Amino acid sequence: MNPNLYFLKPVAECAFFIALILIAAKPVGLYLYSSLNGNPSRLTAPLRRLERLFRRAAGARFLEEQGWAQYGKSVLVFNAMGIGVLLLLELIQKWLPLNPQRLGNVPFDLAFNTAVSFGTNTNWQSYVPERTMSYLTQMLGLAVQNFLSATTGIAVALALIRGFIRKEAKSIGNFWVDLSRSIVYVLLPLSLLFSVVLLWQGVPQNFGPSVQATTLEGDTQVIPQGPVASQEAIKELGTNGGGFFNANSSHPYENPTPLTNLLELLAIILIPAGLIYAFGKMTGDIRQGRALMKAVLVLYATGLAVVVFSEWRGNPLVQKEFAAIVETGHSQYQPGGNLEGKEERFGIAASSLFTTSTTATSCGAVNNMHSSLAPMSGFVALFNMQLGEIVFGGVGSGLYMLILFAVVTVFIAGLMVGRTPEYLGKKIGPLEIKLTVLAVLVSSIMILVVAAAGSLVAGAKASVGNPGPHGFSEILYAATSAAANNGSAFASLNANTLFWNISLALAMLVGRYVPIILTLRLAGALAQRRYTAVTSGSFPTTGWTFVLLLVAIIILVGGLTFMPALTLGPVVEHLMMLSGSVF
Amino acid sequence: MVQPTKLSVWRREFVLEALRNAGRKLHPKTQWHNPVMFCVEIGAALITSLIVARLFQGGTREIRFDAQIALWLWLTVYFANFAEALAEIRGKAQSNSLKSLRKNLMAKRLSSRDRKSVSTVSAADLKKGDLVLIEAGDLIPGDGEVIEGVSLVDESAVTGESAPVIRESGGDRSAVTGGTRVLSDWIVVRISANPGETFLDKMISLVEGAIRSKTPNEIALSILLISLTIIFVFATATIEPFLRFYGGTSSVTQLVSLFVALAPTTIGALLSAIGIAGMNRLLQINVLAFSGRAVEAAGDVDTVLLDKTGTITLGNRQAVEFIASPGRDERRLAEASQLASLSDQTPEGRSIVVLAKKKFGIREHQFGTKEKVEFIPFTAQSRLSGVNMNGTKIRKGAMDAIRAFIKTINPEAEIDRQTLASLDRIARAGGTPLVVVENDQTLGVIHLKDVLKGGISERLKRLRTMGIKSVMITGDNPVTAASIAAEAGVADFVSEAKPEDKLSLIRRYQSEGHMVAMIGDGTNDAPAIAQADVGLAMNTGTSAAREAGNMLDLDSNPTKLIEVVEVGKQILITRGTLTTFSIANDIAKYFAILPALFVPFFPSLQVLNIMKLASPQSAILSAIIFNAVIIPSLIPIALRGAKYVPKSATALLRRNLFIYGLGGIVLPFIGIKIIDLIVHLLRLVQ
Repeated sequence: MNPNLYFLKPVAECAFFIALILIAAKPVGLYLYSSLNGNPSRLTAPLRRLERLFRRAAGARFLEEQGWAQYGKSVLVFNAMGIGVLLLLELIQKWLPLNPQRLGNVPFDLAFNTAVSFGTNTNWQSYVPERTMSYLTQMLGLAVQNFLSATTGIAVALALIRGFIRKEAKSIGNFWVDLSRSIVYVLLPLSLLFSVVLLWQGVPQNFGPSVQATTLEGDTQVIPQGPVASQEAIKELGTNGGGFFNANSSHPYENPTPLTNLLELLAIILIPAGLIYAFGKMTGDIRQGRALMKAVLVLYATGLAVVVFSEWRGNPLVQKEFAAIVETGHSQYQPGGNLEGKEERFGIAASSLFTTSTTATSCGAVNNMHSSLAPMSGFVALFNMQLGEIVFGGVGSGLYMLILFAVVTVFIAGLMVGRTPEYLGKKIGPLEIKLTVLAVLVSSIMILVVAAAGSLVAGAKASVGNPGPHGFSEILYAATSAAANNGSAFASLNANTLFWNISLALAMLVGRYVPIILTLRLAGALAQRRYTAVTSGSFPTTGWTFVLLLVAIIILVGGLTFMPALTLGPVVEHLMMLSGSVF
Repeated sequence: MVQPTKLSVWRREFVLEALRNAGRKLHPKTQWHNPVMFCVEIGAALITSLIVARLFQGGTREIRFDAQIALWLWLTVYFANFAEALAEIRGKAQSNSLKSLRKNLMAKRLSSRDRKSVSTVSAADLKKGDLVLIEAGDLIPGDGEVIEGVSLVDESAVTGESAPVIRESGGDRSAVTGGTRVLSDWIVVRISANPGETFLDKMISLVEGAIRSKTPNEIALSILLISLTIIFVFATATIEPFLRFYGGTSSVTQLVSLFVALAPTTIGALLSAIGIAGMNRLLQINVLAFSGRAVEAAGDVDTVLLDKTGTITLGNRQAVEFIASPGRDERRLAEASQLASLSDQTPEGRSIVVLAKKKFGIREHQFGTKEKVEFIPFTAQSRLSGVNMNGTKIRKGAMDAIRAFIKTINPEAEIDRQTLASLDRIARAGGTPLVVVENDQTLGVIHLKDVLKGGISERLKRLRTMGIKSVMITGDNPVTAASIAAEAGVADFVSEAKPEDKLSLIRRYQSEGHMVAMIGDGTNDAPAIAQADVGLAMNTGTSAAREAGNMLDLDSNPTKLIEVVEVGKQILITRGTLTTFSIANDIAKYFAILPALFVPFFPSLQVLNIMKLASPQSAILSAIIFNAVIIPSLIPIALRGAKYVPKSATALLRRNLFIYGLGGIVLPFIGIKIIDLIVHLLRLVQ
């Protein structure tokens, strides 16, 4: 093969994956549409009995239509309970069963951080799981929250969509109904299916203690075990990202084969992409969903291109200074590029895809170490999160945040067609725009405040693992990942300190629940509004003009805020790398 | 209000007054009402006080730079206030002339209707229910209803319309407005409004903007701008801790400058001017909007209800064609038709005379004294009219009436088949046929037709391109209605409509999610006007209609609705385009200021200085100067409104995005570079 054509391989891999998403979005979307509306397909119809069981257990009083306040109260109570139970489990795991490694109780600040982290669908991990969490905590605490936090996102997205499609209505659905449907029809069966595939591919599922092995050199190696497969599936499907092992999806027990890697990638984006399609279907105009999907794909493909290019090119300094020792070029013997922190078995493309997907969605699972990314790849990872996790985004949360951005777009640009702004037939008035903008901007403010605090507080700075811009990026990454509820890490930051545990937990709480409550309030306000007919004089929210406009507004409103911070982090690091210094 | 159209805001005394008022608005109590500019003012005050403090300490470091930044920040706020003051001024000038009208009004109060006991009182003492006598030359002292008499009234002081109008007791022309002048005869008026509540008062307060509350969309946009301002406070304030991480630091002046450059100051400065100027533009076309909300609703209207009569067609049917019966001469038919119509003073009758003159040059027949002439006027019983002249009986009328008439002369007589065919054809085309006979001989048919108002088709087409559906309402039968609808190009029509149908029609459209506008003048229109999202009442209308509307057309021109809609849209477009422009500007400003802030610590960031600005100080100052001068440069657009071309929403969006979006990205790059060259040339900073 002509060496000039080597780059075609990663390009082809990426194109193949994007094509897979496009193919999968529609059937998944249709499945989500029917099952979330209580009409499961024939395949999952037997699960109807399970849902009925849930309903009977809940009692009729819980299943009545709710206004936004009631709905919001249900969300908060339910989440608070979940976080509370998880916190308790962590604090007393020493005395509970399924703890073959005899792990001690988790210290309070770490336990709090972790409980909030899994409750908010962030899955930021300041700890080494296999050395901190018992199997019981992992299964009953963390994995359960993986399901529940994802369904919370779906429920809020459903409520917001109902706000748009209902006319002069007081209620926006029932949280408990949305919850049970999304668990029973969507997350449970998909996770089960995926777990089985993972088992087949070699992911362990046992309760045994760690295994001692003797390596070829005669050393002993401890190989942790556990119920991995069951937790792995929901980790991706629920865009949670909290690994069973510290190494997350780069660990061979979490992600053993190229097939599991592809499936895990797909699992991360499957539901968020399907939900966008389902959104169009619910509004009665699939073009509405298609427009959002196009905007998301533009952002995704652009980010991916930058990451692949940066990783493929590798570090020019290494190529120049250490050419004699390290071979990083592309040849027929090796793929080349920046392979530091990557699994050789995944290579550039699969690692870049994982990095882009996990930061674009709010997943946070990693199959390579983000701290070792080229500076501009780190830029993309940061920027993806800072946009508010709307490039596919988290399960549910990505969709409702994306819709909020569409509202902002319609508000700013909609005036330009000479009508007061409206989206999906609902006028966007003062109350609506206030709620929308606050929901969009609150996590941005959290990111900036936490990053600023981290840069100032001496104790916080001590956690930084590298000097200069890379160290600053570590702080910025931690703040961003927490407030945007992503959970991936620039792992060289030692985050298991009192400052980081508490400040990041606060960032996660604010970044999750403030937008949720504002979104539900918005749904309530929209549901009450009268419907405005869509005519040829209405602002077009389908088609490429709107798509590009939406992309521009997402970048301008969501991203401009971070230009100073990004300039001082990855941009400086990149430019300095080009001029000859690395950190 | 004397022809406001001719008042340009750029007159010297206006500009001077606006310059004075703009300074007054700098007071924090007033400035607070514009939160974005208030933040800029705080920034300016902060830098100024730091300069003063430093001077007292005897330091002069960087004082030249800081002082210039402070100066331009103050100017930024000042320019914003100037824009608002200038927009307000035209209203003020108008209200002053109205006020002087009110000041000297005197009234001849009557104690009874018999016009005997007259006492002269000040108009301010008149109460609701008082009777006043107004004679030729008097100003009408207050709003009221004519209960006796007829006179010509000059309403130009209020409406700007110079042609006098007739006001008489009873019917739809009985309402008079305070401040207008009676030109002839006398009238007795019952006052219908207490002092302070008259139309004149309402108008003064409207024009002054005293009751001009912010519209919902204006509030919503302010919220967005404030939110963006807040986030930029965080974005700039956190730079200092970030720099501290590296052991670096920044100055207050630098951070405030970046904040002001990023905050949406352009739209923040012009937002209220856009709204005020929009209301003034409506006034210029002689439409009074009782609330800003109504103007905004006008932009949103997607369905317009139009009365056929008076709006789409001229008031009455007109003769358009003579169709001679077989073997008859068309000229003879025209002559007979004219003779038969000479005594007919209805517009239809006049139009027949005019058509005969136009087509065949037939002058109105002068009857000699010898001729025995007897005019037969139209009566409801006979349903025909005509003339008996030297034994010849000429008649015109509807077919059945004429058939009955010829039978009285000759029981055998019949209207021939071909004439019947023409009758049928005319009726089917929506026209009204009149048959003309001479004794028992059928001469032919006159085709009477509803004639469209000049230019109405173009205007309706314009509505269509705006995406607005026009619905015609008429009492005509469906056939007539359909043909007029097709000819005029309305999207839909409602035939055989009773006045009360309008209300239910509006309700129906609204329940389908449409925003409906309607125009009306009669008392029975009032409920529908009140129900419509935009109810434009005619000034000549009844007071019930005037009360019900949320807009009043002083010229009483029903097609004015189109202009009203355009002004509404224009206000919204202007807001949207300037917001887009303002936000798009931020990209260039980042490229100007960020390198200036960071290059001292990271020289490699110099590559981000893509404009190649001379120095960090020059870069910051140039961005701030650009940010300031863009405000006065955009005042004309804010006051005049962004250009509105009726187009589909998508086409409109693309056009505005191209000009204001792309322009907003590119222009500041050029502008800042040019300013930097000048700053560097004049050595204003290091």
